[in-house]
Amino acid sequence: MSLTPTPLPPGLDWDAAERRTIVIVGTGPAGLTAALYAARAGLAPLVVQGPEPGGQLTTTTDVENFPGYPDGVMGPEMMADFEKQATRFGAELRWGAVTHVDLSQAPHRLVVDEATPLVAESVIVATGASAKYLGLENEKRLLGRGVSACATCDGAFFREEEIAIVGGGDTAMEEALFLTRFASTVHLVHRRDELRASQIMQDRVLNHPKVQVHWNTVVTDVVGDDAVTALATRDTVTGEPGTLPVTGFFVAIGHKPNTDLFRGWLEMDEAGYVQTHPDSTWTDVGGVFVCGDAQDHVYRQAVTAAGTGCMAAIDAERWLAERHVIDGVDTETEYHAAPAESSETGEPVEG
Amino acid sequence: MSAYITGTDANFETEVLNTDQPVLVDFWATWCGPCRTIAPTIEEIASEYDGKAKVVKLDVDNNPQTAMKYGIRSIPSLLFFKDGKPVDQMVGVVPKKVLAEKLDALGQTA
Ligand SMILES: Cc1cc2nc3c(=O)[nH]c(=O)nc-3n(C[C@H](O)[C@H](O)[C@H](O)COP(=O)(O)OP(=O)(O)OC[C@H]3O[C@@H](n4cnc5c(N)ncnc54)[C@H](O)[C@@H]3O)c2cc1C
Repeated sequence: MSLTPTPLPPGLDWDAAERRTIVIVGTGPAGLTAALYAARAGLAPLVVQGPEPGGQLTTTTDVENFPGYPDGVMGPEMMADFEKQATRFGAELRWGAVTHVDLSQAPHRLVVDEATPLVAESVIVATGASAKYLGLENEKRLLGRGVSACATCDGAFFREEEIAIVGGGDTAMEEALFLTRFASTVHLVHRRDELRASQIMQDRVLNHPKVQVHWNTVVTDVVGDDAVTALATRDTVTGEPGTLPVTGFFVAIGHKPNTDLFRGWLEMDEAGYVQTHPDSTWTDVGGVFVCGDAQDHVYRQAVTAAGTGCMAAIDAERWLAERHVIDGVDTETEYHAAPAESSETGEPVEG
Repeated sequence: MSAYITGTDANFETEVLNTDQPVLVDFWATWCGPCRTIAPTIEEIASEYDGKAKVVKLDVDNNPQTAMKYGIRSIPSLLFFKDGKPVDQMVGVVPKKVLAEKLDALGQTA
């Protein structure tokens, strides 16, 4: 968690770099909504997809709470709709992840996949959040070989097998219950002697015949050569080591914002959420805006991510117009200055 | 026209194991979001490598034996086969470039 930004890789030809008015980093609900608005504003946004095109919702099944889908919709289908709508107006989606940035001056510099330089007048950060892992070396090595952070994605591969899940919140309880559909036994491993989850979820899990709870227990290692064969554990009270003979290990200990890339450039809170000026998507770097789960630790919903994505595109458009990077906007009458000075622009926005 | 082959428990041996070409097998399922995300990439690779490498898509729900045999625990899982043996495995959405480089490397050692 150093505060010094990672330097750009040497030897890139910045004079020949592709130059864009607006680059959007991420294709979850926030990034694709920003792309839709920016495209409709004629800004021809370039959208870098990152490691998870479509974002977190591509890992879930039904989304029942996104307005406009009265019968619910599959997460991946909804994200395909988002993409279709953004590209229809000219947003350009590109494979790859942004690996380096230099936000010291506008236009800003970005590097895609460590190799391709990209110059952007404005940047919208929509990198979302990812599941947290325990951080064990063997956990990483066995990812996809028994270790998973997505019960709905991978649960079905553990039919009639013994598995373990670590976590204590509502999401962990939901995943544990989901896993009982497949597994013969679900070991719930929790480091304390009580759960954070709501009472109703706790009751469901703790009373489930397939669930075995291990209180005051931490996972110290994931065991297995090519696939998970066991977990090494430790009792936090007695210090006693133990083993769980499981073939699956599900991690459900929350999410963390994907903002490491911007460390040292953008102000963040301790957990890594990028800070914004009140009532806006402005960061403290001019021309860089942030939306969605990368800045929101409170709501974390698809619809709020989309909402702030829209805000970011409008904020960026105004910023560009004020700096005459784009024209056609009367900045005196129609657009106010940065919300740093005035957080109450109160202007209606054209659709 | 799709250049990929639909793999099954029944044809796995002939299509994947008994061939001289490098083979990329995409283990997927209809309900898996990231599998849909990567599907167009797999299809592009299949046409571009037509004649040089084989690309096989195998639905894990309909072909549980093969999925189990190769210890598939997460999808999409992309397995590379050479001379009947799995030589590499990637999990999740992988950029086309990475797949292409792997197939190129396997093709050269032929
Ligand atoms: C299993 C699950 C179920 C959920 N169900 C619901 C639900 O029913 N309803 C609901 O409203 N919300 C739900 N959520 C929450 C919802 O998915 C998130 O709030 C929402 O996806 C956040 O959107 P986002 O655009 O900010 O980020 P994300 O969806 O996280 O997308 C982030 C994007 O950034 C990209 N990215 C990351 N790093 C880089 C990089 N370095 N370079 C380029 N791109 C990068 C990623 O590839 C990805 O495309 C669920 C979440 C999960 C995990």
